[in-house]
Amino acid sequence: MIVRKDFAYVFPEKLAVGSVGFASAVRRWIGPLVLIVIAAALPFAISNYHVFELTLVMIYAIAVLGLNILTGYNGQISLGHGGFFAAGAYTAAILLHRYGVPYWATVPPAALICFALGVLFGLPALRFEGPYLALVTLAMAVATPQLLKYFDNWTGGQQGINLPKVQPPPGLGIDRDRWLYLVVLVVLLVAMRVAANLLNGRTGRAFVAIRDHPIAAAAMGINTARYKTLAFGTSTMFTGIAGALSAIVISFVAPESFTLFLSLSFLVGSAVGGIATIGGAIVGGLFIVFVPNFANDISDAAPWAIYGLAMLLFMYVMPRGVVGSLGPWLARLTPKNQLTAPKSDDEHRGRLL
Amino acid sequence: MTVKLMTATGLSAAGLILSVALACAAGQYGPGASDTEIKIGNTVPYSGPASSYGVNGKVDAAYFAMINEQGGINGRKINFISRDDSYSPPKTVELVRQMVEQDQVLLIFHSLGTPPNMAIHGYLNDNKVPQLFIATGADQWNDPKHFPWTMMWLPSYGAEAHIYAHYILKNLPNAKIGVLYQNDDYGKDYLNGLRDGLGDKAGKMIVATQSYETSDPTVDSQIVALQGSGADVLLTAAIPKFAAQAIRKVYDIGWKPVHFLNTVGNSVGTVMKPAGLEKGADIISTAFAKDPTDPQWQSTSEYKDWVAFMNKAGLSANTTDIQTVFAYSAAQTMVAVLKACGDNLTRENVMRQAASLHALQLPMLLPGITLSTGPDDFSPIKQMQLEKFNGTIWKLFGEVMSGT
Repeated sequence: MIVRKDFAYVFPEKLAVGSVGFASAVRRWIGPLVLIVIAAALPFAISNYHVFELTLVMIYAIAVLGLNILTGYNGQISLGHGGFFAAGAYTAAILLHRYGVPYWATVPPAALICFALGVLFGLPALRFEGPYLALVTLAMAVATPQLLKYFDNWTGGQQGINLPKVQPPPGLGIDRDRWLYLVVLVVLLVAMRVAANLLNGRTGRAFVAIRDHPIAAAAMGINTARYKTLAFGTSTMFTGIAGALSAIVISFVAPESFTLFLSLSFLVGSAVGGIATIGGAIVGGLFIVFVPNFANDISDAAPWAIYGLAMLLFMYVMPRGVVGSLGPWLARLTPKNQLTAPKSDDEHRGRLL
Repeated sequence: MTVKLMTATGLSAAGLILSVALACAAGQYGPGASDTEIKIGNTVPYSGPASSYGVNGKVDAAYFAMINEQGGINGRKINFISRDDSYSPPKTVELVRQMVEQDQVLLIFHSLGTPPNMAIHGYLNDNKVPQLFIATGADQWNDPKHFPWTMMWLPSYGAEAHIYAHYILKNLPNAKIGVLYQNDDYGKDYLNGLRDGLGDKAGKMIVATQSYETSDPTVDSQIVALQGSGADVLLTAAIPKFAAQAIRKVYDIGWKPVHFLNTVGNSVGTVMKPAGLEKGADIISTAFAKDPTDPQWQSTSEYKDWVAFMNKAGLSANTTDIQTVFAYSAAQTMVAVLKACGDNLTRENVMRQAASLHALQLPMLLPGITLSTGPDDFSPIKQMQLEKFNGTIWKLFGEVMSGT
């Protein structure tokens, strides 16, 4: 019985299709489908400003999702993801501004470049563990604004780059804000699906095994160097895609947009949402966008004290993040919920591959 | 009964007509304006690395609070909504959209910094929302043809360079000019402003230009190269760190050009003192506002009013910071424009009034310096006065000059 439950945890799809069949598959998909329909209909019920705000939430969610893959699943701490976010944003901006590439075509190159950058950065990162890796990536976060100013032939330096406004396709009858919301929503859904496939499969189990016990993982035959670099590349690819989308939505990039604080926000969003979860990224996005504004509404004088307090409160009440803590509880209500990742309990350790 | 009814009807009809007439007299309103209130939005970095500029928002808020205490503008209170963008452009966009779309402000006033303003420039102009008296000096902002909803306040870098050009043409007609500038839009604004001001003589008079990157360790080699070109006039368009290096190097190599120094890098505390006070003697720069640390103003009633305002606002610690003088004067400009709007507080009329300032005098600007704008001129302050460093402080000299 225990074995079977465990099996369901790691291979939920196989179990669902193999054991119950079509009716169960429908039941399994109905929840997510309803959520997707609500998400797609939502912008038509709220004001443009709120549509814009939620678009930002989804963009930050994609970035946090990237960080979750690296930090949550693979155990490598990065304080430098703002730098990869910037790389994605500037790739999109330069392609749009210099070469007149249509906005939707700037996202794949940004993803590729950020994947390559992540792999390159991941190679030396192999030699650093825990806090040392955090320091190396911190250096990158600190250097990003200055690097952007240095290469001002490409980046426009201090002044940044103003981008043409995206025009929604004519004939659809929706405005720019709602169109961009839908575009970002599609990217977010694809990103979450890709992440789920990756993390629930062989690669994801290798990531987790390396996180939990690198020596045991290596002993089991996992190529730790390869998987750690892959985790880095995948992670920065997601964050780079988010960066490209942010450049498109804000239609402006400047070095000041990508300070150390952005990198820290990602980590905060990741921890608050649930560091080793996929759904937690959305909570992280909500936190990044709304909590600073909320803190500002409460106190003009010390908004960051309120922000810190909110962070403490979340961490105290839900130490594994919102989704990390509520997920298992929800999973008990709906047995086939996929929101949470394999846990690193002793019970699961050693059986992951 | 019938008579009574008729009287009542007649009275109410009269009342109705009267109230309609009153409503017309009470004026036209755009978003954010009403009989009792004018909503103004603003973004300033209260936190983050640029938080030293946050004092601008505090001075603005305190000034509007004082105006409200005195009865407001034509009976309307200013509701000043100032938010912290931490100098992060995406945050500025988010906050400004919130203020325009949710809070429904009439206009955005004195938002701070070039990148944050760049980020909201297009949005505000597309939506025809005034972006008034922004706190940044780049030349590009004065572009009413393409951006009819954006107006600057600080004198532009180009206008300042024009003033140096006028002075050189008049007093040093045979000058051979060397220029040291920062290799970005800010530095190039000065170089182009100088060329523009010299007119057709620019090609002959400017004998050498040298640029630096903000990542350069020093500007020593640039200064040596400029000296080697045979220049006898030097214009330094540099931020404080490099301005101080330039002053020291010029002195140390025994070069004695007539040295013009941009206002961006002429602070006594952050440039002249680190460079060595005696090394900066006789350098020429410009000013347009009364330096609160200059003893010659401290006995004037304008200064005393300003200090009293600052103390009452709880900003006594900032009375040596010239930024607070700028913010105080910018808020006064805003109040003057709103007063001129009368009861027509539409966004169109606000822009119209902002673009028809005529010789507006402000107490903390130098005597003789006034603000003027027109449909093709969105740069209110174009006049400045030259000043010379005497080894301790800047001493004004000559007349107020115009930078157009």
